[in-house]
Amino acid sequence: MLEFKNISKSFDGPEGKVIALKDVSLSVSPGELLAVRGPSGCGKTTLLLTAGGLLRPDGGQVSLNGQDPYGLNPDERSKLRARMIGFVFQQFHLIPYLTVRQNILAPSLALPVKEVDERAEELISHFGLDSRAGHVPAQLSTGERQRTALARALLNRPKVILADEPTGNLDEANADIIFSYFSQYVADGGCVLLVTHDVRAAAHATRTLQMVEGQIVQYG
Amino acid sequence: MKIWQILVKEILHRWRQFALGLFAVIVAVGSLTGALTSLKVHDLHTQKILTEKEEETNKKMAILEDEMRKATLKLSFNLLILPKQQSIRDLHLKGYPSEYMPEEYVTRLANSGIISVRHFLPSLQQRIKWPEKRRTITLVGTRGEVPNLHKNPRQPLVQPVPPGTIVLGYGLHQSLGLKVGDKVKLLGREFAVHECYEERGSVDDFTAWIHLREAQELLSKEGLINAILALECLCPGVEDLLGNIRKEIEQILPGTQVIEKGTKALARAEARIRVGQEAKAAVERERQHRAEMRSEREFFAAVLVPLVMVACAVWVGLVGFNNVRDRKAEIGIQRAMGFRARQIMFLFLSKSLIMGLLGGALGIFAGLGFGRWLALEGDIEGIAAGELFNPGLFLLALITAPVLTVISGWLPAMVATRQDPAEVLREE
Repeated sequence: MLEFKNISKSFDGPEGKVIALKDVSLSVSPGELLAVRGPSGCGKTTLLLTAGGLLRPDGGQVSLNGQDPYGLNPDERSKLRARMIGFVFQQFHLIPYLTVRQNILAPSLALPVKEVDERAEELISHFGLDSRAGHVPAQLSTGERQRTALARALLNRPKVILADEPTGNLDEANADIIFSYFSQYVADGGCVLLVTHDVRAAAHATRTLQMVEGQIVQYG
Repeated sequence: MKIWQILVKEILHRWRQFALGLFAVIVAVGSLTGALTSLKVHDLHTQKILTEKEEETNKKMAILEDEMRKATLKLSFNLLILPKQQSIRDLHLKGYPSEYMPEEYVTRLANSGIISVRHFLPSLQQRIKWPEKRRTITLVGTRGEVPNLHKNPRQPLVQPVPPGTIVLGYGLHQSLGLKVGDKVKLLGREFAVHECYEERGSVDDFTAWIHLREAQELLSKEGLINAILALECLCPGVEDLLGNIRKEIEQILPGTQVIEKGTKALARAEARIRVGQEAKAAVERERQHRAEMRSEREFFAAVLVPLVMVACAVWVGLVGFNNVRDRKAEIGIQRAMGFRARQIMFLFLSKSLIMGLLGGALGIFAGLGFGRWLALEGDIEGIAAGELFNPGLFLLALITAPVLTVISGWLPAMVATRQDPAEVLREE
């Protein structure tokens, strides 16, 4: 489903070139939750954004469902992202002035979804947000925010979920809830690329990789 | 979920930012509308001032004309029509004419259609001994003015002396100790003193006026007069006024001669014309002054309004950049969700468009309000706001304001679409 072949990426920093990814190769198949662990600044987020078609690598090839997102024009790449990928971030990135329901429905503006309202209600119910559907993010707990973000990521029934420290701001109970949703999603045939330094992720992951200084150093 | 819902919700969420941009548009459109409206108010004010000035001038001129009319008489600006055989030398030596002509002449003149003379005053004058009072006086018999039947009627300049009464000059009533209402005998006939004149410093001070008919009887000159005073002999703008009138009168009454009585009055009459011309010039100067003021305002508006508009456009742009900065993460996640660049562009430009439309409409009303305030300050009554409303201007502002805000918002919108979502999401 998602494949990296010899991906490298570097940035110009104040103290010279910073290598974020160095010759990274990996693949995530449907039904798999791949956890990439590593310390802060090791290149995990860069890996995730590159996988999501948001950050063009300096070298190597990304394949998403057999397509190279960077071989597409920006509009096609956006469509591919809308159709194939759901993002979940540590900071949730909910739109502050939209309600839970509207936040969940927002991806439908990028890619029209059949019976979108029914789908949104299904997700609201699935994530236990019925009583919060009309609330804005500021009125939600962190757990509710992350569940909303996850529901939003799932609206378009993406093939891949790219999750960046999704439990970083959550307590143990809420983190477990999120992990259990991921597990369920994977069991339903989806695939998840999860970058985290949360050790609990290993318990839910089908595979775990360790990253250090932009390189995969350990396969689990 | 529709994209306009995001648009509206975002505006409501960041209403202060929107209000700042809106304020700038209101100021820009308001200054344009205000400048144009103030010019319109200036024009209305000018119209009012000039109308008032013209009315005032006309009133003053009417008063002046009336005063001059009377002054003309007092200063003897008149023509004296005398029998042809009357020696002018004798007239000046004696102070009164000594030859006679038929009283019927005055009727002939009045009916002749002569237009350069308004009133005729026939008189019979003679220096006589007043035996009852033992003194020599000038006796004048007058019947009052004979109006020119071919000119618009006016108030008579001289009131007739009623029969049975006498009017006394200053020297006479003072020396004789007479006052209005006293009875006095003249050549055996009793008269009641009708009026006592103030001092004039002329032969009038020793003159007595009685009704013409009675003078003719007392002097045994029935049906005769020896002078016709032609009053208000004036045709403004006509060169050689005296020559024209003289020629006209002599054609009607061949047995007469015409002499001018009082050149000072002529000068006054000319002065009246000059005053009239001066009054018109004053109105013209006011018109010129107002036109200069308008030019200054136009120049001021031509410089200031574009400056204000540019400043407001920059302001709207800055508000736009601020909005992009505040929405950095939001744009990043929208791009991550698959929003296309044109959708992001739409969100920003639509906001600018709404700002322009709303600000344009409010700015017009602000400008009109400013104009109305100016009108009230200028004490111009009866100007309805609707009178200052210009549909063309309204349309122009409603088109121009959104175009300007969209142009101002274009750059921030471009920045938003070109923003690297990865950079934002990595930072977060």
